[in-house]
Amino acid sequence: MNPPATPATGSGRIRTPLPFPTAAKPAVADTQLRANLHRATRTIRAKRARVVDEVPDWEALRDAGSAIKADVQRRLPELLEQFEASATAAGATVHWARDAAEACRIVVALTQAAGADEVVKVKSMATQEIELNEALEAAGIAAYETDLAELIVQLGEDTPSHILVPAIHYNRGQIREIFQRRMADAPTDLSDEPAALAEAARAHLRRRFLSARVAVSGANFAVADSGTLVVVESEGNGRMCLTLPETLISVVGVEKLLPTFTDLEVFLQLLPRSSTGERMNPYTSMWTGVTPDDGPQTVHIVLVDNGRSAVLADPVGRPALSCIRCSACLNVCPVYERAGGHAYGSVYPGPIGAILSPQLTGVADNASLPYASTLCGACYDVCPVKINIPEILVHLRQQAPHPAAERATMRVLSWVMRSPRRWAAALRLARAGAGPLGAYRQRRTGARTLRRLPWPASAWTRSRDLPLPAPQTFRDWWGKQ
Amino acid sequence: MTARDEILARLRTALADNPPPVQVPRRYRRVDDRADLIGTLVDRLEDYRAVVHHGIDALPRLLSEVDRLAVPTDVPAEWLAGYAGQLHRDAPPLSPAALDALDAVLTGCAVAVADTGTIILDAGPAQGRRALTLVPDRHICVVRTDQVVGLLPEALTRLDPRAPQTWISGPSATSDIELNRVEGVHGPRRLEVVLIGLGT
Amino acid sequence: MRIALFITCVNDLAYPGTGIAVTRILRRLGHTVEFPTAQTCCGQMHANTGYRAEAMPMVRNYVDVFDSYDAIVAPSGSCTAMIRDQYPHLHAPAASVAARTYELSELLVDVLGVTDVGAEFPETVTYHPTCHGLRMLRLGDRPLTLLRNVRGIQLVELGDAEECCGFGGTFALKNPDVSTAMLTDKCARVRDTGARVLAAADNSCLAHIGGGLDRNRSGVRAMHYAEILAETGATS
Ligand code: SF4
Repeated sequence: MNPPATPATGSGRIRTPLPFPTAAKPAVADTQLRANLHRATRTIRAKRARVVDEVPDWEALRDAGSAIKADVQRRLPELLEQFEASATAAGATVHWARDAAEACRIVVALTQAAGADEVVKVKSMATQEIELNEALEAAGIAAYETDLAELIVQLGEDTPSHILVPAIHYNRGQIREIFQRRMADAPTDLSDEPAALAEAARAHLRRRFLSARVAVSGANFAVADSGTLVVVESEGNGRMCLTLPETLISVVGVEKLLPTFTDLEVFLQLLPRSSTGERMNPYTSMWTGVTPDDGPQTVHIVLVDNGRSAVLADPVGRPALSCIRCSACLNVCPVYERAGGHAYGSVYPGPIGAILSPQLTGVADNASLPYASTLCGACYDVCPVKINIPEILVHLRQQAPHPAAERATMRVLSWVMRSPRRWAAALRLARAGAGPLGAYRQRRTGARTLRRLPWPASAWTRSRDLPLPAPQTFRDWWGKQ
Repeated sequence: MTARDEILARLRTALADNPPPVQVPRRYRRVDDRADLIGTLVDRLEDYRAVVHHGIDALPRLLSEVDRLAVPTDVPAEWLAGYAGQLHRDAPPLSPAALDALDAVLTGCAVAVADTGTIILDAGPAQGRRALTLVPDRHICVVRTDQVVGLLPEALTRLDPRAPQTWISGPSATSDIELNRVEGVHGPRRLEVVLIGLGT
Repeated sequence: MRIALFITCVNDLAYPGTGIAVTRILRRLGHTVEFPTAQTCCGQMHANTGYRAEAMPMVRNYVDVFDSYDAIVAPSGSCTAMIRDQYPHLHAPAASVAARTYELSELLVDVLGVTDVGAEFPETVTYHPTCHGLRMLRLGDRPLTLLRNVRGIQLVELGDAEECCGFGGTFALKNPDVSTAMLTDKCARVRDTGARVLAAADNSCLAHIGGGLDRNRSGVRAMHYAEILAETGATS
């Protein structure tokens, strides 16, 4: 147990049950999944690029977004107090949760106090992170996901694989199949047209929206100076949940703060273009406490730490808290495209997951994730708040527990390469060993490469030939001039 | 120690390195210099497949297709001139089920943002409660040209955070199936915008 | 101007032809190139795999060896990026030499002001912009500008060119399935072009893609673009 004031790691669905390479293996082999992800990520990349390119001051917006978030991190305790005061003054009740379990307990208790045995939910990463649905179910409360993709995942008894589109791993045919199997009121002749599938979801949830008494949401932004919460969405399920029920409970990570209402002018430009590739998402809702006779009359806000204090404590890794969950980094990531979201174990997949999950849990608990990247940098280029993900990945790799054999090899290599004399000798040795081998191979097969090698080099030669050391090194050539 | 105090203490400890103050560079555009804001707004709205009508004279024809119409209590009388269908004023407040039985809702708005094709409602004049513009399947929204601004920063200066806000950019839509946008999910499936000049 | 060649460890061992090419290009342009033999490795593999402490002696050695030169040229986008991007954070005294370290196309285009190196290479070539050159060094179209001015060359555009090939240093060994999947797609795009030569600015990425192309007996040859720029058509 940490002493009270020590930044603490989090719990919930943020750990990889299997190392990333192991978890990725079946995904890579699943051609249907690969095709679905390929198609979806290419579509969204193109849309994002189009609407970002038309904004002449995009870089200035990124700079502002990045700086505002850095400022939030620096002043997080005082901004949280300010947010609490403003929201409370506007009629909201603010709760605090150290970790996932505490957050779940609070939401369960509030739902029970409202006398409800079911809640409607707006898609929220925070509630997925704390595994709220499971906690509600354990308390006999049914949780209905209302976002189309979340509904698909919930009906399919699956877990989300993408921040923005949790069902990105399914294509239309698979979605129709899930609806027909699990949605009692789905039309028998349901087609796989996206419009028909959306219509089925509309009909399925309509009555539930109109009669729901308690809604649970997250928030994209929490504004400190006004106490306002903001939810950005597309379908209108968010508006339904945020408007019609009597009681609204919003679960908000402490990093979601913005200092002022005016700062939204930056983030509401950055977020929609980066996430769905639209100039603006169809619906954005903002509420500040309770508005008499308009919307929920009982408003709760649960502020959650669950490892964020540990992220904040690392000055290099801290910018991971700037993430606005746009998912642009997932959509451009070549590793995500092949491995899919589930391979990352945590609710946060892709490049942001590869840094955020290990930071939330402590690197030792998610040691394979910082290595789940080629450091190609595509994520950093698109990130609207300029999180230098490759830099943080490399930083976390320094903290990861290293396999003993790898450590030994790296140390030997370092010992050789730090010394010009030893390095020159090693090159001579390699050439001496390879020269005859290469000559032999070239004589036999005409090739200058090796095709099959024992472990661990087999990881290379399983799919690629390995070039042999050249018959003369560069320094040999130089020396002979 | 309460959870609140503990979390705040953790965060203070986490900032022991004392990060330097941050100067936020705000070099982004705050005022639009495009000449034709209305044209831009119309282009963006139509891009989302909202239907745009010009002039108050478009209203009677539009409303003639609506049998049961919801309106906020303070809807301007001239918007309803000649309306012969069933009119449902939101007083006393219409229940969600009652709203669900209506064909359309007619409101005004607070601000419209040309750059993004966004119409913002803040429960101000001629807008009513949030539920009103949410449940009926068709939203007819009157936008005055003096309510149109170019960029988002211009819109925010006109808004009060204490008012509940709904920002609307086209009819409800989803990109959840193969990341392709399709219109029409839970919110109004039809959004019609009537642009009217000053003083009409 | 005193120009030193940082050959990089991989090139010294396995791709001497690339170093020879750089030397020839610069000499042809009238410059003297020096090769300080005390050089070893930039330390990128260690630093990027989580062994920063083990990389530090290499970083210091680099500073010792190269600090006295006006310009250091490396025929590798990723080693140059390691030096320029990471060295100043790892070792403050390295900042100055890091700023004077250039990838070949930067030296040619920005420092020496040359876009036509007088090469001739009558082949169809496609160019893969490797990630660190593309997104860390921001080489932009410098290498392609140089290649466009090669006589006889026929450049064909690579589909999804800016997508990573899946090498990623130790990534290729630690995540062999994902790496292979990325490689397969990259090889397919290369073959789509019909080019006979694949050029890039990093021999490590080329070893990976070229190894994949060889495995499939595609007949496409992987070549560092310096080796193309060194060709003059005359038998050398
Ligand atoms: S890290 Fe950046 S790009 Fe990725 S989801 Fe977060 S904000 Fe978006």
